[in-house]
Amino acid sequence: MLPHLDAAYNLARWLMRDSEAAEDVLQEAMVRALTYFASFKGVNPRAWLLQIVRNTAYSSHALNRGVETVPLAGEHEEGGIDLADHGDDPEAALLRTREQCRVRTLVAALPVELRETLVLREFEECSYKEIADATQTPIGTVMSRLWRARQLLARAAAAEGLP
Amino acid sequence: MSAPAPGCDKVLLVQAELDGELGAAEAAALAAHRSGCPLCQKAEAELLRTRALLRGEPYAAVPEAVRARVMARLRQHETRLAVASTMVRPGRRLWLWPSLGGFGLGAACAAALAFLLVLPQGGDLAVAVVASHVRALQPGHLEDVASTDQHTVKPWFDGRIDFAPPVRDFAAAGFPLQGGRLDYLDGRPVAALVYQRDKHIIDLYIWPASTVPRMGGGTAIHGYNLAHWTQDGMTFWAVSDVEGAQLDEFAKLWRRGS
Repeated sequence: MLPHLDAAYNLARWLMRDSEAAEDVLQEAMVRALTYFASFKGVNPRAWLLQIVRNTAYSSHALNRGVETVPLAGEHEEGGIDLADHGDDPEAALLRTREQCRVRTLVAALPVELRETLVLREFEECSYKEIADATQTPIGTVMSRLWRARQLLARAAAAEGLP
Repeated sequence: MSAPAPGCDKVLLVQAELDGELGAAEAAALAAHRSGCPLCQKAEAELLRTRALLRGEPYAAVPEAVRARVMARLRQHETRLAVASTMVRPGRRLWLWPSLGGFGLGAACAAALAFLLVLPQGGDLAVAVVASHVRALQPGHLEDVASTDQHTVKPWFDGRIDFAPPVRDFAAAGFPLQGGRLDYLDGRPVAALVYQRDKHIIDLYIWPASTVPRMGGGTAIHGYNLAHWTQDGMTFWAVSDVEGAQLDEFAKLWRRGS
């Protein structure tokens, strides 16, 4: 499961919107995964682990706290944004970074079922089938949730004046 | 929130195509429709914009500190699982392989290793070798053919595997052959020869080498020592809990070919 630790951590962060709560979820999910690993008969360990992360997050009381107080925006740990990555012009780089923070805030503000679907697709690059497995949702629902998530995001971005 | 697909019922297909979910035939049919459907064209443009918005999002790896805490927690938990599983099997022969400690512990170790290392995914071959060795140490898994006679073990592989692995006995040098089995490594069936050194088991995995010859070398993972070399078009991995020096001696015997 360790090769999928990054994916698990990212999903936990996007669900919990707070890195401390995300680490709690990650720890708990990995312990559960280790406990039940012997009974894992599937073919896709990543989707299985993401499903455990998601179920752990859903059973956490902290799930729906945090969005107003600590959106992920602006919160960078090691491995966060590297300004130098965005070209030579520091002003453009700063602008781009601000933009990213705003996009992140918009994603973080999506309802949790839309947020998890979008995050699994866009950041974890899961297939529809994998998302359906991880979220225990029919593929048709995955498709309509993705659509709604993207519509909401596009509208919010337009309202914010993002390109 | 509005209906998922306002206007044209094909917009979800437009989305599916951008998500790489459509087959060639479906995509072609969609392209034909889209060229005459302004709603689908608009949907595509919007979806592309949204995607561009998200593309700049940095993907944060797990910070080292978090990873370390998770690993510590898992090790703690792994030990508890191992202890629990030895306790639920009081009637078993617990000391079949003295070097390993017990059936339950072996099973738990194998599960934990497999868990920690999972699954090929471009993963490190050395770790896969160790995981396979630990799995094999469970009772009943070590040998498919149990024989100290290389002339029994070698023909056993005929027809079971698509190459003829070299089989040698080094009893005189203190590494008696115990048998062999089929195993699966590096995405293919491989031959595994089982040797004993005092109370320790050595697994030697053999399969045809890839075109690039790899340097020999030793390493250690989770307390198991490994030796790896290529010879006569075959790749060899030896793994055991014997001391590194003894495993090197074993590897040298093999490479000398005597």
